[in-house]
Amino acid sequence: MDHIPDIFGQLPKAASTLAPSVDWLFQFIFWISVVMFVLIVGTMLFFVAKYRAKPGQKPTAPGGSHLTLELFWTFAPLLLLVMLFHWGFKSYVFAAVAPAGALEFRVRAKKWNWEFEYPSGTREGSLLVVPVHQPIKLIMSSDDVLHSFYVPEFRVKRDIVPGMYSTLWFEATEVGEYQVYCTEYCGTSHSGMLAKVRVVTPEQYRIFLRDQDRPPPGKTQAEWGEQLFASNSCTTCHHLQAGQAPGVGPNLRGIIGTQQPLEGGGAVLADLAYVRESILRPQAKIVRGYGNAQMSAYVLADSRIEAIYAYLETLH
Amino acid sequence: MANEAQIAVLAPIDAAHATTDRDFYAESSGIKNWLVTLDHKRIGLMYLTSVMLAFIAAGIFALLIRIELLSVGQTIMDADTYNQVFTLHGAIMVFLFIIPSVPAALGNFLLPIVLGAKDVAFPRLNLMSFYIYVIGAIMALASMIIGSVDTGWTFYTPYSSSSDVGSQNAVIWMTGAVFVLGFSSILTGVNFIATIHKMRAPGQHWKRLPLFVWATYATSVIQVLATPVLAITLLLLIMERGFGLGIFDPRLGGDPVLFQHFFWFYSHPAVYIMILPGMGIVSEIIATFSRRPIFGYMFVAMSSVALALLGFLVWGHHMFTSGQSEYSTMVFSALTFLVAIPSGVKVLNWVATLYQGQIVLTTPMLYALAFIVLFSIGGLTGLTLGTLSVDIHLHDTYYVVAHFHYVMVGGTVFAFFGGLHYWWPKMTGKLYDERMAKVAFWIFFVGFNVTFLSQFVMGSRGMPRRYYDYLPQFEELHRFSSVGAFIIGIGILLMIVVFVRSAIGGPKSPPNPWGSAGFEWQTTSPPPLENFPRTPIMTRGPYDYHLATEAELYSGFPEDFQKSEPSKSEPSKSEPSKSEPSKS
Repeated sequence: MDHIPDIFGQLPKAASTLAPSVDWLFQFIFWISVVMFVLIVGTMLFFVAKYRAKPGQKPTAPGGSHLTLELFWTFAPLLLLVMLFHWGFKSYVFAAVAPAGALEFRVRAKKWNWEFEYPSGTREGSLLVVPVHQPIKLIMSSDDVLHSFYVPEFRVKRDIVPGMYSTLWFEATEVGEYQVYCTEYCGTSHSGMLAKVRVVTPEQYRIFLRDQDRPPPGKTQAEWGEQLFASNSCTTCHHLQAGQAPGVGPNLRGIIGTQQPLEGGGAVLADLAYVRESILRPQAKIVRGYGNAQMSAYVLADSRIEAIYAYLETLH
Repeated sequence: MANEAQIAVLAPIDAAHATTDRDFYAESSGIKNWLVTLDHKRIGLMYLTSVMLAFIAAGIFALLIRIELLSVGQTIMDADTYNQVFTLHGAIMVFLFIIPSVPAALGNFLLPIVLGAKDVAFPRLNLMSFYIYVIGAIMALASMIIGSVDTGWTFYTPYSSSSDVGSQNAVIWMTGAVFVLGFSSILTGVNFIATIHKMRAPGQHWKRLPLFVWATYATSVIQVLATPVLAITLLLLIMERGFGLGIFDPRLGGDPVLFQHFFWFYSHPAVYIMILPGMGIVSEIIATFSRRPIFGYMFVAMSSVALALLGFLVWGHHMFTSGQSEYSTMVFSALTFLVAIPSGVKVLNWVATLYQGQIVLTTPMLYALAFIVLFSIGGLTGLTLGTLSVDIHLHDTYYVVAHFHYVMVGGTVFAFFGGLHYWWPKMTGKLYDERMAKVAFWIFFVGFNVTFLSQFVMGSRGMPRRYYDYLPQFEELHRFSSVGAFIIGIGILLMIVVFVRSAIGGPKSPPNPWGSAGFEWQTTSPPPLENFPRTPIMTRGPYDYHLATEAELYSGFPEDFQKSEPSKSEPSKSEPSKSEPSKS
């Protein structure tokens, strides 16, 4: 059977070239397990019903050796298990080896944001746009602790280990937007470290690349800045509501044009240069009271930094 | 020879008839005689109290988790608190409850008795193991007071060696606590291995040891061999965190995946420490309540040994996505499938035992049968996880959470509770309310499946684990699972009420309320200080119902049996109906 229907809806949409083999195996094991479970538990319940103790029964001497039966049910399952191992391994090898000519992207994971670097060099937070029917290879690294890149609909996952590069590849089979999760516990906002893979036609991909370093059509610079502030997960640490208690980082409402007190004394004017430096080299100047916070560097193109600055300027 | 043996085994029933103030409780009283006792039975009971307290504490943390996950967004706590709560739930359940549970609480009480011995090989070491446990528990408590640990019970680096959520030192106190607790586990293992080798009563051959003993033996071997690796690993983590020694943190020149290898080298065998004793209990209960030997005794015994050995070879299956080489993942996947076989052999032999048995559905039997059902689900879903390409999709999702709760709770906890009910009369000399106990069982069983069956579906649909918050499409299943958690809570509460009521004013139990042929039942309930009035000589196996006498299997009070039995050499008669132990 080429395709085993998912009648209980256990799996998400199959949207990659890897998914069909994984899904088939999952369903195969599921149904074999159901059959074995029904046999075992059914037999158990049948025996319990049939052999209930009656008053006055004498214990009988146990039967002789059942060596044949024991050897049978010790070794027969091995045949099935060897097959499962083989199919699992085959499909795994397919997932492990990226095809030649895959389009490469750099992925940087940090607490608690996914940053995707496109072949053009532009870095985008939380959004990976890729063409459909094209093998994509991700070269991933972490700035801080373990993370893991997981796209359920592609059936791919790989831990990102600080100190080394990890790779993962997929080929999307259907246009659409797919969820990315972090699946290695990484602290406070582990469950907030989300992103999207947007699979588009090759033409749409070309247009996306062309327009990457400008505001999206119909948006002002400040509106783009607001989008970027969210897509780079700045909101996780920097709250923006008036009077809201600060998070891991300072509240940024109304800071533009004011003096910011620094750890170790002194102050700095919060202008565009300060904002640019705080994004590219966060450790250069630390606001007083946030000495322990460890913000990772975000390498954003100038046009994006300016858009974010424009957005912050609108917050009074 | 046969008559002599029969007299040796029958004598305890006469002794019980004499006076009840010769049971081990009556030998001495007062708290001092508990705290410095060398009696394995008292030590076992102190362990039992401690692990049950840990179970309740960690269970409350579980309820807090499920309350938070009732709805999207914050429900009752913020993200940092949630992360600490799930860490504590895991750490307390694993290290303070489940690993010691069966060996230290039930094993300590029963092992010498089922072997026909007076005590364990090293009673003082036994007491020391208990106090090491207490010190470890206090250190874990200290870590909760000093600050907070939010690393998950697996303490993965570099998060655990560098995280500054909460206090710096809390991680050191918690990992230090686990380090200390490891010694309790190791020393218990050493004690049991020596006891089983050296303290068996005459006639107690290896080939007819109770299966609980085989299981305990295999478990003890794992405890002794594997736990030191965890100790070293945690010590290295403490050195890195406290002194900046670069072992696991890449910024200090270390390797994060090395920690995972070290950690799982212990923690995979540890799961066999958790399950093997439970399987031993299931064998005992099924034999007694089928009134026949376990089918395929030698295969079941050897499968315990096989699990202990093979369990050391599969740790990498916790790390398929970690970045280890494809060769490694291949080898670990293949070995993982191999380790499935002995567990399957046990399940099939237990079911075969029921064939032509004489089955009585007491509460312990319900727990044992539930073990078969739930452990089968846990084990079969383990096959899915052992399959490489499928595991890539399922790793670190709720599918894994559901899998291990089915084997650890559906398996070990159900077996542990079954054992508690089964040996309760032996330990306390009292009977519990069968009907209420059965109600508690059903509530627990239903609640457990509601909680965790839904988590398989969540996981395969992509819901990651250790998530404080989640996307709206998972809310329905999360809510369903959380309702189940409360049903579990009610079931367990009811079970505790059953035991408390029995302890306070329960009816007196006869020596062998279940009519079992096992040797622990051939002495009074509770046993005398030295377990038997004189060293028993075993001329039959613990499941040889066809060789045991009527007197040995009588499930009422000995004085009533002797009243109804005209002479010991009469052919067996049917038992009077008032011997039913299950009257509430």
